[in-house]
Amino acid sequence: MLVSLKWLKDYIDVELTPEEVADKLTMAGLEVDSIDRISPAFSGVVVAKILAIKPHPNADKLFLCEVFTGDRTFPVVCGARNVHAGDMVPLARVGATIPGGYTIKSSRLRGELSEGMLCSEEELGIGEDATGIMILPGDLTLGEDLARALDLEDVKLEVSITPNRADCLSMIGIAREIAAMTGGKLRHPDITFEEKGEDIHSLTSVTILAPGLCPRYTARLIKNIEIRPSPSWMRMRLEAVGLRAINNVVDVTNFVMLEYGQPLHAFNFRSLEEGRIVVRGAREGEQFVSLDEKTRTLSADTLMICDGVKPVAVAGIMGGLDSEVEDDTKEILLESAYFNPSSIRKSSRYLGMGTDAAFRFERGIDPDGVVRALDRAAQLIADLSGGLICKGYIDEYPRKIEALRDIPLRPERVSSILGTRIEAGEMKEILEGLEMTVSENGPGAYLVTPPTFRADITREIDLTEEIARIHGYEGIPTSLPKLSPEAVTTSDKKTLQSSIRSILNGYGYSEVINYSFISPVSADILGLSEDDEGRRFIRLEDPLGEEMSVMRTNLAYGLLATMRKNISVGNHDLRIFEMGKVFTDVGEDLPREHERMGALVCGARYDRLWHFNEGLHADFYDLKGCMENLFDALRIRDVRFTSGCDRPFLHPGRSCHVILDGRTIGFLGDVHPDVLEKMDIKGKAVVFEFDLLPIISLGCENVFYQNIPRFPSVSRDVAFVVDEAVEGRCLLDLALEKDENLLEYIDIFDVYDGKGILGGMKSLAVRFTYRSATRTLTDSEVDEVHERLVEIIVKQTGAKIRGLEI
Amino acid sequence: MKEALEDLRRKADHEIASAKTGEDFLDIKTRYLGRKGLLTDLLRGLKDVAPEEKPLLGKLSNDIKKLLLEKIERALEGAAFGERSKALREERIDVTLPGRGVRYGKLHPVTRVESEICDIFATLGFSVVEGPEVELTYYNFEALNIPEDHPARDVHDTFYVTNNVVLRTHTSPVQIRTMEKQSPPVRILSPGKVYRPDSDISHTPMFHQVEGLLVDRGVTFGDLKGVLTFFLRQMFGKGTQLRFRPSFFPFTEPSAEVDIQCVMCKGVGCRVCGHSGWIEILGSGMVDPEVFKTVHYDTEEFSGFAFGLGVERIAMLKYGISDIRLFFENDRRFLDQF
Repeated sequence: MLVSLKWLKDYIDVELTPEEVADKLTMAGLEVDSIDRISPAFSGVVVAKILAIKPHPNADKLFLCEVFTGDRTFPVVCGARNVHAGDMVPLARVGATIPGGYTIKSSRLRGELSEGMLCSEEELGIGEDATGIMILPGDLTLGEDLARALDLEDVKLEVSITPNRADCLSMIGIAREIAAMTGGKLRHPDITFEEKGEDIHSLTSVTILAPGLCPRYTARLIKNIEIRPSPSWMRMRLEAVGLRAINNVVDVTNFVMLEYGQPLHAFNFRSLEEGRIVVRGAREGEQFVSLDEKTRTLSADTLMICDGVKPVAVAGIMGGLDSEVEDDTKEILLESAYFNPSSIRKSSRYLGMGTDAAFRFERGIDPDGVVRALDRAAQLIADLSGGLICKGYIDEYPRKIEALRDIPLRPERVSSILGTRIEAGEMKEILEGLEMTVSENGPGAYLVTPPTFRADITREIDLTEEIARIHGYEGIPTSLPKLSPEAVTTSDKKTLQSSIRSILNGYGYSEVINYSFISPVSADILGLSEDDEGRRFIRLEDPLGEEMSVMRTNLAYGLLATMRKNISVGNHDLRIFEMGKVFTDVGEDLPREHERMGALVCGARYDRLWHFNEGLHADFYDLKGCMENLFDALRIRDVRFTSGCDRPFLHPGRSCHVILDGRTIGFLGDVHPDVLEKMDIKGKAVVFEFDLLPIISLGCENVFYQNIPRFPSVSRDVAFVVDEAVEGRCLLDLALEKDENLLEYIDIFDVYDGKGILGGMKSLAVRFTYRSATRTLTDSEVDEVHERLVEIIVKQTGAKIRGLEI
Repeated sequence: MKEALEDLRRKADHEIASAKTGEDFLDIKTRYLGRKGLLTDLLRGLKDVAPEEKPLLGKLSNDIKKLLLEKIERALEGAAFGERSKALREERIDVTLPGRGVRYGKLHPVTRVESEICDIFATLGFSVVEGPEVELTYYNFEALNIPEDHPARDVHDTFYVTNNVVLRTHTSPVQIRTMEKQSPPVRILSPGKVYRPDSDISHTPMFHQVEGLLVDRGVTFGDLKGVLTFFLRQMFGKGTQLRFRPSFFPFTEPSAEVDIQCVMCKGVGCRVCGHSGWIEILGSGMVDPEVFKTVHYDTEEFSGFAFGLGVERIAMLKYGISDIRLFFENDRRFLDQF
């Protein structure tokens, strides 16, 4: 909310600087976001007096004025007819600037010297009256700067009001807070006026058909008004807080809303059919044209203000075009009501109309302040428009809003919650300063009745906050809670994730974080089949865009999108990984959320440095090697990579399942060229993705130390020539399945299909390492086992031993 | 005889001085001191000298031999060193060329800051717990004392999945899920992703929060101040100035926003802090009794405090990042800097 300090001073004397006021408010929970000093858009304009006027000798429409500024007299040529000798006027002297970027110069008009310019309100940008020269009050000091003389300078504070403090959405509300903090005295406006003529009850009526939504509706009738622009003091008040002045009736309703926080509405009484007000719910689908000339379709739970026949306003939100106060309006019905906050909120959201009035009603206004605001507005309208206020007012109050009374307060409890000793007497003083009534309730206890504008205060804890707030948070000493003997736990998942991060960082992989929402089109791009689980998307009702409308079911797509983005800015070489959740709709309220880890590699295998050949691209085995090492470092032994992976977005010949304990936990492979093409990615990429859950429990396995071998090992190398389709792993498994005690280790150290190998075949060189824990092995011991293993492999795979012509 | 010995020494000295390679020195050694060398030859004439001169000459010849041997050995060593040095010089490499190896990967700055936060609170006994990101409205709102059609929902623009399912707008639902399962004392920290439909230089539709909750007997607002003061000084440095000011959150009362003195201008006022000298860093407060009622905690027996902070916000301050969207663009040139 915008607060004008000058306006605020109508209700409280403030001795503080604007910065001090801002600080006080902020530290009391009314955060001041900005402080703006406002000064008028002119300079060099002073208060002057017209000593004499005579006609211009050479021009019918001009006059020659002698203008006195207290020490000098200036000749000024002027075209306005509204000035007379003796008038006080604003003089823009030579060198002055006025809005529009004009600088006043000494000039000759039709041969007569003019040293300055007499200005209208409009020319100075302080009003809209352009009909003549602005006539100043006679008591100003001649020669004084006009901005100072008219007190045109102001300071505007932008205050964030939290949703619980509806009472602070007004100048008086803010002034009241300052009073509570500084001990200053709040001044309420003096509301006195004369009622004239007929009684309102004989002229109109108010019928509330929905008392639950409209507990209270009050109204006054004002006749004989003359619609015209508001005086400048009113316009300045409104404009200072960002409202546009309209006319003397509408401006008053806005003014009083800002003054008291009570939104008001003025209806053109003549436009009300049957001359009465009916408050009721809208009919479903009913149409209504609001003040902003938009046609609104209403829902059944929208509360409407109607005349005898049709709706004339959306209650608490906006008036209707047809009952608007217009230039020729003579009689108005002034409304001041209390509407059900959540009903107004529902309607304003449904209609998309977040007006100043709705904002206040939905936060809850003071039910007891309704009539006061009505009277204040009637007084001002009568003052500004010459209107006559009819006798009496209507106060339909079918559902009395009972203010909460006698909230028990135990000062002991307050101190123990805050952790500091505040004397009961101080608490009482603080609460009374906030206009609460405090009475004794036995020894060491009070009963507190909050004022009706503080609907947010219903419990002891609410009073505790008020006491802490005004006492000052800075006055509460810091302490530390007592230590707990419980062990601090972090989730196994977090521990695992942090190990994975360090390992992959060491491997040169950097972490990325992608949005959890992606485009549903991703499923098509990845070529997922109709029944693929990856299509069971959680869809957002109101996404920021179609490309962010569903929750991701895999990480791979996001990693590819990241790759595309990076390539487009020239980052071609990437090693990236991500850990995060994927979401699958399982037909229940909440989806299944899975923690995943994914990685992608593309571009050069190494940084393009002098050591390495250019053009050495990272491939499948780079990522596989990294992942094997990852599992090894995590001490997860039983991970296997098996062919036959059918993920449609992977290269069918270069992809594999990742299997842990016989269960598929993920995939690894080159991205299918079709996918890259559809995503407009040039180049190749390898991706890897797996579920974290299955390995969380395994990851923390303890280590059992094994003695370092004391006896030497013996290695035998054999090159098996097999059909190209035979997988290397199969040879190793054949040997390992025999479970020979002496076989310590077996691996493939070379793959060759060059010269000397028949087409369609390949040579796999296998190293068998044998060792005994208890003795040095003899050749014959090794030979016996080794020959057995080689024979098994030869028999099962049809391999030929290279170098042995069998 | 004596002259002949002295003469031999002079000649040998001269040759040693002008010799260069190891071979030259070995040659000198053989020629002068070998079994058939010049010194041996000369000593054969010893039998002809007077017996009283013999001991004297014998000593002289021994001294000369020892002297020459020493000189030659030293020279030999020098020669070997020179040759090794030359060979090593030829193996010289350009040490200014970059080293070989894999460049270390980088942690995402959000992860970095989140871990730092969790580590600090671990020292105060806070354990990490997590919860679902797609959440029931009950946990996201109602259980946290944010009823439907309440203006407090304004600050929580929300992604809805269905009427009663949302992407969580804060990590606070984890508080409720934890308290439903666990009796006090509770001392938890809940980091994670949260979602609000907003996208500009200071908002992304997904961001990270860390939420903390401590419930026990006799927990006070002073404890809240103490714990958060400790945390912020640990995070932003020893002398960090901070202030607690009243605010409003539906699930805490009294509530406090915590500001730290602007890290950019040190409180003088700059663009980053909106010229106030202070930067809002976290929200906190004593757990509202309504929340305790929801999870059936005795509001008279227990009290507690909760706090929440945005990880990106802290990362932005810490690293001087002005556009929050950079965190999720994953541009390598951004990631490489952390």
